[in-house]
Amino acid sequence: MTTTCPECFETVTAPAEPVLHEILECAECRGELEVVSTAPLLVALAPEVAEDWGE
Amino acid sequence: MSARAGRDPVLVLASRVGPDEKCLLTALRRGGHAAEVLDINALHRAASDPAGPGGLVLNREIGQVRARYAATMLEAAGMTVVNSAAAVQTCGDKWLTSLALARAGLPAPRTVLAASPAAAGEAAAELGFPVVLKPLIGSWGRLVTRVRDAEEAATVLEHVAAQPSPQAQVVYLQEYVDKPGHDLRALVVRGEVVAAMRRYADDWRTNVSRGGRTEPCVLDPDTEKLAVRAAEATGADIAGVDLAENRAGAVLVLEVNHRVEFAGLQRAHDGLDIAATIVDRIVGGAS
Repeated sequence: MTTTCPECFETVTAPAEPVLHEILECAECRGELEVVSTAPLLVALAPEVAEDWGE
Repeated sequence: MSARAGRDPVLVLASRVGPDEKCLLTALRRGGHAAEVLDINALHRAASDPAGPGGLVLNREIGQVRARYAATMLEAAGMTVVNSAAAVQTCGDKWLTSLALARAGLPAPRTVLAASPAAAGEAAAELGFPVVLKPLIGSWGRLVTRVRDAEEAATVLEHVAAQPSPQAQVVYLQEYVDKPGHDLRALVVRGEVVAAMRRYADDWRTNVSRGGRTEPCVLDPDTEKLAVRAAEATGADIAGVDLAENRAGAVLVLEVNHRVEFAGLQRAHDGLDIAATIVDRIVGGAS
């Protein structure tokens, strides 16, 4: 399953069963992408790290 | 297959499904459990809503504030949340963690909370330099600052005082631990260390997210017991306990993390499926 990176417009390949909000990495630009739809597969740039993010 | 097989799905609470969450979903399904992501962005609840029939939620929300409030909502709905809202609150706030460790009588670096940057200057001098300033909330070593002397302290605290956030004015200071080039991370699940690693880094902060190198290790019995007691002190069923040896040879508890990122630990332990181990110990034992 593939889609297009919104940053560099290269093809991004998703795993067999992508999950909503799954984080993918664009192999071309190394951008962090978030799955925003699984059918059809759509990705957006993942949110930036927030102040309270962590382990 | 555990006693839970065939029952309600285990929910994985997350706004962001990273490799660790994907491993947990896979491990749940391989273990015969139905598993679904519970999207925190869609969560809402009235305070007066009655509790439901229950269920199990693995709390993997990356944002500390939402992880804590979502856990309170789900617990009010009658669900078992791992880690619980109380544990998330304690582990997610470094001062509350320090208090929990102190109450349990566990060894930790000397720690002071100062209610203003001015008080922090005095506290730093009393602790002795170098001293480490940490944000109360946050991970991955971000904004953790080693201050070498009073002059540096004055400069750093001037920046702190200029921060608009009220929480930033409350300053957490800790004795600098001169680690022997590495520290330890132990994954404690329901009262047992299931894996541990040494973390090395060129930076004085050894967080894996900062590029720290890892290698698997077996803790000595005393350190293992300390890691388990630290997790218990915070109420965390799943805990990433960070420990370090000081120059005097004493092992200190540095942090207890409630939303453990285990990719680094997994890389260090080829023969162990960490997600499956977590699932076995948490979901297998859920009532």
